[in-house]
Formats: sequence, structure tokens, C-alpha cells
Amino acid sequence: MAQVTFDLARQPLRELNQYLHQRAGERDLHVRVLNPDGAHSIAAGVDAAMDIDIEGHAGYYAGGMNQHARLTVHGNAGPGVAENMMSGRMHVKGFASVAAGASGNGGLLVIDGDASLRCGISMKGIDIVVAGSVGDFAAFMAQAGVLVVGGDAGDALGDSIYEAVIYVRGRIKSLGADAHEEDMTPRDYEVLGALLDSAGHRYDPRHFRRVASMRTLYHWNADANQEY
Amino acid sequence: MCGIVGLLVKTPALRDRLGELMLPMLIGMSERGPESAGLAVFTEPLSGTARKYSIYSGARASSGWDEFEQSARHDLGDAVRLDINANHAVLETTAEPHVVKEWLCHRHAQYHLLSVGKSIDLYKDTGSPREVADRYGFAELSGSHVVGHTRMATETAVTPARAHPFTAGEDFCLVHNGSLSNPYSVRRKLEPLGIAFETDNDTEAACRFLEWRMREGDDLETSLRKGFDELDGFYTFLMGTRDELALVRDAFACKPAIVAENDDYVAISSEFRSLAKLPDVKNAQLFEPKPEEIYVWRK
Repeated sequence: MAQVTFDLARQPLRELNQYLHQRAGERDLHVRVLNPDGAHSIAAGVDAAMDIDIEGHAGYYAGGMNQHARLTVHGNAGPGVAENMMSGRMHVKGFASVAAGASGNGGLLVIDGDASLRCGISMKGIDIVVAGSVGDFAAFMAQAGVLVVGGDAGDALGDSIYEAVIYVRGRIKSLGADAHEEDMTPRDYEVLGALLDSAGHRYDPRHFRRVASMRTLYHWNADANQEY
Repeated sequence: MCGIVGLLVKTPALRDRLGELMLPMLIGMSERGPESAGLAVFTEPLSGTARKYSIYSGARASSGWDEFEQSARHDLGDAVRLDINANHAVLETTAEPHVVKEWLCHRHAQYHLLSVGKSIDLYKDTGSPREVADRYGFAELSGSHVVGHTRMATETAVTPARAHPFTAGEDFCLVHNGSLSNPYSVRRKLEPLGIAFETDNDTEAACRFLEWRMREGDDLETSLRKGFDELDGFYTFLMGTRDELALVRDAFACKPAIVAENDDYVAISSEFRSLAKLPDVKNAQLFEPKPEEIYVWRK
């Protein structure tokens, strides 16, 4: 496999991203990014099944809109990591800031540490596995996909959730409007087990609870008087 | 958008290098705040009854300071010291704050008082962070802790007075990333109590509210807790007192913040990229401050 290294201490970020964008559809390429030092939009908009290792901390929107690529951040990620990811895989070895995986359509986002507020906000098919805890408003308005939380969840978990499903192992501080706990079915254990396997986290699926939509917000209820 | 930075050195030997260590942090936040910059540095407190007054001349270059110094000696006593730095000077005197303020107001109305205290020196001006840092020689500053800011105005005009940090009372300053939605109602509460505002800036309301609470006897943490109830809007606030740095974020934590801490220092910034040049930051403990939690570091 061909290997290319970019050192952001010496090369401008735009050079890296242009290089990546020009390789749409390419396979068998391994790109290493040295000294990311919190730069914004590292490897955003990649459309190729390549491997990208970001050797340090990433700033805003790392790996945003990713298609097919397998990215690893060997550090922490700033706000909006893997935002609007379409497919592929993003692995954050440290913690992630707010809005991790926001609006993601597909692929898998794995966060080994904690994720801050609004993790998976408006997710539309992405799967997110957070080994640690998530902050408030996780999976807010989540439409499709699965959010797995190995630690605790903050306030208003799954507020106004649609057809996404959340599995939580630890404590839930509070559920958001229209979210409730449901019994785990054999199918849930299967889905969760497969996701934990592919994320490489050895939690026992039997220790998780399922949170999903009550679907009471799907239709306008004039009698609710705006109280939900 | 704005950038905030703070650095408190735990190792006394690093105090001489405070400015040099902080400078890349401030410059690193230029994209978040390209139009004004400022900082407050906290030094060893003056002894006895002496205080320091940071004064901004309004002019672009240094001019008129000779006359200002003579006038200060004449009116405030021979013991005054003036440390001039371009359009900025630190006046040391035993004259009480109300005396100095009145003197400035009547004799030198074109000069603007930036800060008062035994420990605080404050610099702020319009211009890029690099320009402002060069103007005042930020790299040479020494002290135990520093609170800095780079500004991209959203609420009020781009002027030196509306740059951050804001101060109130003595040895207290605050910088802000975000925007408050109720600064005028806070202001309407404070003004009848005799608290005067200098600008229409939202951050000034937060600064004066918190300082008022502390003057009324609350400690920093209690006043911040009251701030959570009183101040509405988006904010990451970083504050400096004679002995402390304090950080809070609003309940939604929309405005970023990250902390790096090791045995030598605690460094706070809006983003990691401005911490990246700190010595040994790769091995520092990094964390993102949680919403509505109060973080205080003492020197």
C-alpha cells in the first residue's frame, strides 16, 4: 500500500485536503497527517476508501462529509467531528467535543473517550459508539442510525428522537421529550453486539438499555397546548 | 466569534516567561478575533497602599506623556511612577482610586482608565493580535497569570474601549466569547445602585454584575453561581483576580473551551490549536470544561 505523509507544521492544510480530494475513488493509499495541532477541517470531504491517520489532536470538523475512508484521530477531536459523514469509519482515540457525528448519514464513528454535548444531533443513519459518556442533548432529533453509550448520558437524552435507537450502559441523567426506555429484544442484542465488535469495545450487550421514540410527536396534537 | 486564552504558571521560575509562553496562544486565536486584542497580566502585588492604574492615551503613538507625568506629580504627589509603553502607561501611586478617577476626568479626559489594582496591568486596543502584541511587547511580560482575548465583534462597535478584557473594581477582569441576550436588564438593575457603565457592550454587564456580587460579600464561586441565574445568553467567561483564574460556560456550551494542565502550568483556550506550542503540551492533561461548572485555579 502506498504511503504518503503530510506534516502540517510545514505544509498548509489546503495542500493536504486538495491532495485527498484529487484521489476520489482511489484505494490502497495510506495517508499520515503529522502535527495536526488542532487545525480545522482536516481530511474533510474525502471520497475514497483510503486509510488516514491523524497523529495528534484535530480541531473543528475533522473528517466531515467523509465517504468510504477509514480515519483515525490519535488524540482528541474538536467540534463537529465526522459531521455529515456518509460512509466509512472515523475513530477518535481521545475525547470528542460537541456535535460529534452531527447529521451523519452513514458509516461508523467510534469515540474511545467521552463525547461532549449534542453528540449525534440530527443523525440520519450514522452509527456512533462512544466508549465513555455523552453530554446533554445527545441524539437530539436523531432520525436514523444507532448511538451506543458505554458510560453515562447527560440531560435530555434523545429529545424529539425519530427512528434512531440509543443503547446506554450507564446512568441516564434525564430523557428528552418523547424518548423512553424500551425492553431489549434479541434483535437489539444482535445489532448492539455487532456494533461493539466492530468498534472494538468489549462491553457486554446485556448491560445496556434501549432508548427510542414514543412517537407521540409525530403528529400535531392541538390538545397538548405546546406542553411536551 | 472571539478567542479567549488564559495561562497560570505554577512554577515560580516560569513567571519571567509568562508573556513569551502566552504569546503563541494569543496569536493562535487570531482567526477567531482578528480586529482587537487585549490582556490582563497579574504581577506580584504592590506593597503598602500603592496601586497601579493602567491608562490608555487614545493616541496611536506615545505623545503627551511628559505633560501627563508632570501633572500627575503636581496633583497626586511626588511619589508617582509612570511606566510608558506606546499609547499606554502604568501609573503607580498611593492616591486612592476615586481621587485618580476624578483627576483623570477633570484634567485628562482624553485618557482612559483601563484597570485599577495592586496586581493587574491591562492592555487592549484595536488591531490584529500580532499588532497589539507587538505594540505593547506582550512577549516581555512577566507575572503569575494572564487573561487574554482576541475579538470579532458581534454586539457592539470595534473600538479600544469595547475590546476585552473588561474590568470592574480592583484586580478583577473578565473576557467573553459569546453574546448575552439580557445585558440591558442586568444594566438596569445595576445602574440604580450607582454602578456606572463605560460602554454599551454586553460583556461589561457581566463583568460589573460579578464584581458587584463580590463587593457585596460573595466569594467568586457564589457570584458565578448567581451569574448562572442572572446572565442569559451564550458565554464562555474567563476571569482573573489577584490570585485566581476562573472559567465558566453556559448550559449549552456552544462556545468552545479547552484546558491543558501539567505540573508547570494550567492553560485555557477556546481551541487546542492555540495551546499546541506550549512546552510539553502533548503530555499535559487535556479536558473540555463542562457546562455550568465553575473551574477555579489558584496561583
